[in-house]
Amino acid sequence: MATATSRGTVTINVAQCKGCELCIPACPPRVLEMSSEVNSNGYAYPLLHPGCTGCGACLLVCPDFVFAVYRFAEPVVHEGSESRESPEVGP
Amino acid sequence: MTARLIEGSEAIAAAGVAAGCRFFAGYPMTPFTEVLEHFATMLPASGGTCINAESELEAVGMAWGAAATGARAATGSCGQGLALMQESFSELTRAEVPLVIFNMARGQGDYFQTTRGGGHGDYRILSLAPIDLGEAVELTQLAFDLADRWRNPVIVVGDYLLAHTHESLDVRPLDFAPLPAKDWVADGELRGAKGSRLVSSLGMDKQGGGESDPERFWKRLDRKAREIAATEQRWESSFTDDAELVVVAYGTAARFARSAIHELRADGIRVGMVRPITLWPFPSQAVREAAERAGHVAVFELNAGQMVDDVRLAVLERARVVSIGGISTDASHFGVGDLLDADRIRKRIERTLRGEEIEP
Amino acid sequence: MSRPILSTDAPPREPATRTHRASPELLLAEQHHMCPGCGEPLAARMILEAIEEMPEIEGAIGVVGIGCYTGFAMSMDVDTIQALHGRAPSLATGAKRMRSDALVFTLQGDGDMVNEGLQEILHTAARGENVTCVLLNNGVFGETGGHMTATTVIGQRTKNSLDGRDAAYHGHPILIGDLIACLDGASYVARSSVHDAKGVIRTKQMLKEAFASQLAGAGFSFVEVLTMCPTGWFIPTAEGPGYLDEVMGSVHVTGELKRDGKRVSPSGSSAGGR
Repeated sequence: MATATSRGTVTINVAQCKGCELCIPACPPRVLEMSSEVNSNGYAYPLLHPGCTGCGACLLVCPDFVFAVYRFAEPVVHEGSESRESPEVGP
Repeated sequence: MTARLIEGSEAIAAAGVAAGCRFFAGYPMTPFTEVLEHFATMLPASGGTCINAESELEAVGMAWGAAATGARAATGSCGQGLALMQESFSELTRAEVPLVIFNMARGQGDYFQTTRGGGHGDYRILSLAPIDLGEAVELTQLAFDLADRWRNPVIVVGDYLLAHTHESLDVRPLDFAPLPAKDWVADGELRGAKGSRLVSSLGMDKQGGGESDPERFWKRLDRKAREIAATEQRWESSFTDDAELVVVAYGTAARFARSAIHELRADGIRVGMVRPITLWPFPSQAVREAAERAGHVAVFELNAGQMVDDVRLAVLERARVVSIGGISTDASHFGVGDLLDADRIRKRIERTLRGEEIEP
Repeated sequence: MSRPILSTDAPPREPATRTHRASPELLLAEQHHMCPGCGEPLAARMILEAIEEMPEIEGAIGVVGIGCYTGFAMSMDVDTIQALHGRAPSLATGAKRMRSDALVFTLQGDGDMVNEGLQEILHTAARGENVTCVLLNNGVFGETGGHMTATTVIGQRTKNSLDGRDAAYHGHPILIGDLIACLDGASYVARSSVHDAKGVIRTKQMLKEAFASQLAGAGFSFVEVLTMCPTGWFIPTAEGPGYLDEVMGSVHVTGELKRDGKRVSPSGSSAGGR
């Protein structure tokens, strides 16, 4: 079974997101993916997958102060993903 | 202090400094330039700042910024320069910024500009029109007091003669009633805990969670303007109790009219004068009462007829109102025309009393 | 099978340190009326973080122009004066002369500063006024619907240049940072772009340099920040950063243009990730 490790994580203020998607390509490990659901304003919002490094790039490029960023004291291992493939991962 | 021979521009600047003015910015234009020059000399000597701005628009902006931090600040020009500043005047009035403005005008053709303003929206600016240098020294200091008292700009209206006449006087500082602390100023203090301040014309509010309520804000400004209109009218009445005809005139023109009236009175002719000192708020009630008693009003102003509108509004058919002034200027086009002559004014008053029309 | 989705609606239960607050302490309200994908809030955050991170700043006054960003006057927890379109530099001048110990900065858009207020910014810079003027440059009048400004580049789409700005018909853009760098009164002049995280960080570095320059009394300082306006450019929000970098960034080139009063040569100024 494949696993992934996160050195950091974020909180995401879903209600405040305006669905601009700038965070998606800004994330170096590509662990953000836009939802298929929408928030109360009708915008899609980012979802977090395992592998965050806590670098803060998402926070820097977000115009709506959606993210706060955390660094774990110890890296967190996530179990249970069958495949690490994701349509968002680019070259 | 003792009296000394002093030019109007210098007296005005000295009065400003005596009132605590700490910032002045202006751009040269005749007949205002010397006011700027005198502030440029006097302010640094008293710890203040004077900037020869690169344009009138920048001059008013600088004075606005200075006043917004809590300093007593002023700017000025003649009507042509103030014309450039109109948007800023209306905006900063609506932001409740206390600014003193000097108009050393070319004649009296700026009455509409002074009292109506050429800016946008609902706003009112007080204006004070001294008759001579002594009154200019008092009204300049009063202007700074009224500006702070009401958080509203005040215009001091002079002209070429006022600015360039020498008189013997003693520029004495006046005392005024204490003013409330300026707890609204953007002085830059990092107060923390969301204690920052905003000086704005849009009804914006830092503590309002990012929403503004301009309607409520502007209605409050309107109530303030009405209160000013009710309480700050100033005028001088002379010989109006038994007058058959009342002259209405302001500023330097009133000084010549006053001479004519004294001569007429000496010859037994019952003429009086109501001299507005505040052009806005116009002393409507004083004019109306004098007009009603007399039955005839002769408005003497050096323009095509501007203050006469306010006289007619005040009098409202209760007396006959005629214009006995007119456009009058010399070849310099700075507004010192040959209508500024007590004899000519006297003759016009006499002709009006005889029922003759005066050509504009 | 897709990757697991982690919970992000509350701080982590595992032991962790918050390394980045959601917003600066000096920001009074996170919600604002800027469009999705707007670059201006990124610059506003950097201004506030720069002030927070410089303990030598003992007072601050922001003079805000008229544009989409005017709302920041309500949400920045520093004393603010709202100016007319184009007029912030003169207000900042008067404020600085009366409060010389405070950091005085302007926040203006390109329509505000380079159209309406060109005279003001040039005179303030030439005079060497000890203020920092900050330009948010997206090449459009955002608030009024996205028309062309004096900084719109040739080929750039705006409401009245939908086929791209045409030099023969619309004239040429003004490269305001470069123009100001020519003036002897200007001491620190720099241009950044917020199209990526690196650019956002560089923006804060430049702001800090500019603020330090002001506090040292070195003269006029200027930071131009290229920002995305996908609404004004009629493109999807996700394309904003790429459009900004390629279209505007190729003309308004990022980097330090002047430092300590000396011009920085273009080849030596590629600090913006170009």
